[in-house]
Amino acid sequence: MKLEAKIPSGPLADKWTEYKAHTALVSPANKRKHTILIVGTGLAGGGAAAALGELGYKVKAFCYQDSARRAHSIAAQGGINAAKNYQNDGDTVFRLFYDTIKGGDFRAREANTYRLAEISNEIIDQCVAQGVPFGREYSGYLANRTFGGAQVSRTFYARGETGQQLLLGAYNSLNAQVNAGNVDVFERTEMLDLIVIDGVARGIVVRDMVSGEVSSHFGDAVLLCTGGYSNVFFLSTSAKGCNGSALWRAYKRGAAFANPSFTQIHPTAIPQSGDFQSKLTLMSESLRNDGRVWVPKKAGDDRPPNQIPEDERDYYLERIYPSFGNMVPRDVASRNAKNVCDEGRGIGPTKRGVYLDFAVAIERLGVDVIKDRYGNLFEMYEMINDEDPYETPMMIYPAPHYTMGGLWVDYDLMSTIPGLFVLGEANFSDHGANRLGASALMQGLADGFFVIPNTLGQYIAKGKHPEVDPNCDEVRKVEQDAKDFNQKLLDIKGSKTVDYFHRAMGMIMLDKCGMARSKEGLNEAIEKIGKLKEEFWADVKVPGTGESLNQELEKAGRVADYFDLAILMCLDAREREESCGGHFREEHKTEEGEARRDDENFCHVTVWEHMGEDQAPQAHKEELEFEYVELTQRSYK
Amino acid sequence: MKLTLEIWRQKDANDKGHFETYELDNVSSHMSFLEMLDVLNQELIEKGEEPVAFDHDCREAICGTCGFVINGVAHGHMKRNTVCQLHMRTFKDGDHLVLEPWRAKAFPMVRDLIVDRSAFERIQRAGGYISARTGSAPDANSILIPKEQAEAALDFAECIGCGACVASCPNGAAMLFVGARIAHLGFLPQGQPERAERAKAMVAAMEQEGFGACTNYTSCEATCPKGVSIVGIAKMNKDYFNAKLFGGGNLGGKE
Ligand SMILES: Cc1cc2nc3c(=O)[nH]c(=O)nc-3n(C[C@H](O)[C@H](O)[C@H](O)COP(=O)(O)OP(=O)(O)OC[C@H]3O[C@@H](n4cnc5c(N)ncnc54)[C@H](O)[C@@H]3O)c2cc1C
Ligand code: FES
Repeated sequence: MKLEAKIPSGPLADKWTEYKAHTALVSPANKRKHTILIVGTGLAGGGAAAALGELGYKVKAFCYQDSARRAHSIAAQGGINAAKNYQNDGDTVFRLFYDTIKGGDFRAREANTYRLAEISNEIIDQCVAQGVPFGREYSGYLANRTFGGAQVSRTFYARGETGQQLLLGAYNSLNAQVNAGNVDVFERTEMLDLIVIDGVARGIVVRDMVSGEVSSHFGDAVLLCTGGYSNVFFLSTSAKGCNGSALWRAYKRGAAFANPSFTQIHPTAIPQSGDFQSKLTLMSESLRNDGRVWVPKKAGDDRPPNQIPEDERDYYLERIYPSFGNMVPRDVASRNAKNVCDEGRGIGPTKRGVYLDFAVAIERLGVDVIKDRYGNLFEMYEMINDEDPYETPMMIYPAPHYTMGGLWVDYDLMSTIPGLFVLGEANFSDHGANRLGASALMQGLADGFFVIPNTLGQYIAKGKHPEVDPNCDEVRKVEQDAKDFNQKLLDIKGSKTVDYFHRAMGMIMLDKCGMARSKEGLNEAIEKIGKLKEEFWADVKVPGTGESLNQELEKAGRVADYFDLAILMCLDAREREESCGGHFREEHKTEEGEARRDDENFCHVTVWEHMGEDQAPQAHKEELEFEYVELTQRSYK
Repeated sequence: MKLTLEIWRQKDANDKGHFETYELDNVSSHMSFLEMLDVLNQELIEKGEEPVAFDHDCREAICGTCGFVINGVAHGHMKRNTVCQLHMRTFKDGDHLVLEPWRAKAFPMVRDLIVDRSAFERIQRAGGYISARTGSAPDANSILIPKEQAEAALDFAECIGCGACVASCPNGAAMLFVGARIAHLGFLPQGQPERAERAKAMVAAMEQEGFGACTNYTSCEATCPKGVSIVGIAKMNKDYFNAKLFGGGNLGGKE
């Protein structure tokens, strides 16, 4: 497998401009002749559909929800970064780029990350023009807050609902294009497979989730914008329907998977409260601006928080990382929370929790200011936990949240299958081994609104794109495969529910492929998940038929893919004999317990190629070259 | 705790539909309402029965996917809530709960507790946006917006499009939903150029979908999970009548 990143030559700061100046264009009259299929309507897919529709392409967009506006981007809370330097605190495009590369522990591509930082400013302009009501100062100027891993204030926000507001902005632009006749949206439609003809992506097989009908759509390019796969852990901050199936099925058709094990466990979610729990709720990272994280100094201290005097509290992030304090990046914050709980100092009924305390901020700023900043998050917390965070500190614990890994793409965002592009959280490209807060929204919008409109033209202009015969053997076969797959699940008629298997797999993954990993543990996980997968295919019970709305069938298909993806994640984590970012290998740590990178042997992206159903996948490498940043031991002390 | 659930079951749009009664034991007070239904569904599947279909996704009260009527109230008895964030600690042992889908002419039945809300899509597509071509925006700080005005826009922009307003309106009106979008964009300077056209187009689309008229019951506001205010309806009416009277273009007037 050839991995050509196609990074433009020239100085880092000029690459994107030069690229745009020389890329091939498609004439306005010809764009209309090209159909582009976009799977996903979050910030990445919704943005791409709107922007490509504006350019005059014929766009078909798909989502599994009943409205494009319900994509999981809607749930993002805290904010979106941009290098505007409106605060005059020394921010520049280079600094945003540097923070992001360093935050990712030097495992992302310089050129992609720089482009992201460069586009960040245009994004804010565009969102404001769309009518996104960002937070403002009394003067009417835009306001900012600080996010983890940065010492400047560059995050734009709309209360604790930034994702909702940004997605509505993108959704409105999408709707304008639907109204203009350039975009068709197919809701409650799930992609089941990718159609590859003569080595080129030419279509998708989908299932109408209401009627159960399986059909195909054809186009000259396919864009996967299907989000992340954190639900492999069962409990995560993802929506229940978030899945890895579109990616996985494309992988099986030849799209390589990069760094699958790079996952982010977010430090501030509400702890699990029981075995029936169906998901974990995030409490935005922005809360760490004003909240202080602590646990009792003594192990097993059962007193309520307000009875533990100051000098018996351990504000461990402030103690260990004096220069970043509570604002260390997520991987560092999560790992430390795990450590203090492993030491027996965890709090709450399960002892897997730490406090996030606002008392000092409330005293300093007053309740009104705190309410203005985080009102809806506090409300949500109280709703779930029945405790008032204005009075008692919040209880939080890390939760699976984001997947940095994804399908491999080149600078154009094209995967290893020509014509298949991957945008947003679904690709691997910009965040390395750990993503900084407020940078996923930025990436989704960058990829959708600003990158793909400039990189797709090259592919469309240079290729031939003959019409697809809907009755050709390739199409027939993929459709039949997709139908057979679902039928096979329905025919098992075993004794255990899909959720039973998903939960069991999630527990293994969280334990062995979560915040800390070891070779031994990963081997154990691979074996256990393999067994569970066998049991699933022999004993799962999927009621109903394929010819109607069937939520259990939808879940079963996703979980079937998660088994294979989980195993690939474990293989990837085992292969990488170093610690970096969210990937923490017990065998590779410094004396102080921090992640120890191995730049000599692992300064690369691991790219996995599917070799067939019962064959081991093959690992390839894309070496990472750093010309503009010096690889240092990441320190937030 | 123990609950009796009377749930609307309907295979598809052609089926007549009926209530089915289920007894559920061992409901924990820590559960959310949807987690309680998850437990019921696991039991049904294990018994070889079809699980109850209900819409949901984020389970964080933000995507607007979930929603049904509990004992006559959209999203249940807690104010400013969605069923996914409704917690079982607010119920009592022995409670008898009747669960029904949103019932409105403009929302055809899909299955069990799921309805088809695509009418909302068509209304938003008719004109619920600002046409801002990608790449043409000026610097974000070149448009100054007083804080209160941005906050007021956000109060309306928080609408999650769940449809509870329609379901709880005796007339099946969608005014709160449409008014929210019109008010959100109408409060912002960027939204002014298309303000009149937007009101006309959205109202026309709304009427075409078969939503009822507003006769000031205000039950929409009372059940809205985001507390969207009926002031949005007034703004919508004002924009609509001004647009009708004075034609298109900028409606002028500071809000
Ligand atoms: C609770 C939470 C809070 C967050 N807060 C922040 C924040 O403050 N700042 C930040 O920068 N990032 C944040 N993130 C991360 C960020 O929201 C996501 O990474 C980003 O929005 C992903 O956008 P996307 O467009 O790639 O995918 P998504 O928005 O997840 O969209 C995926 C789309 O794909 C569709 N889809 C998926 N599978 C299929 C299929 N098989 N067939 C058809 N359609 C399919 C879905 O219907 C959906 O339309 C947060 C994430 C979570 C979960
Ligand atoms: S499931 Fe998203 S609002 Fe309830």
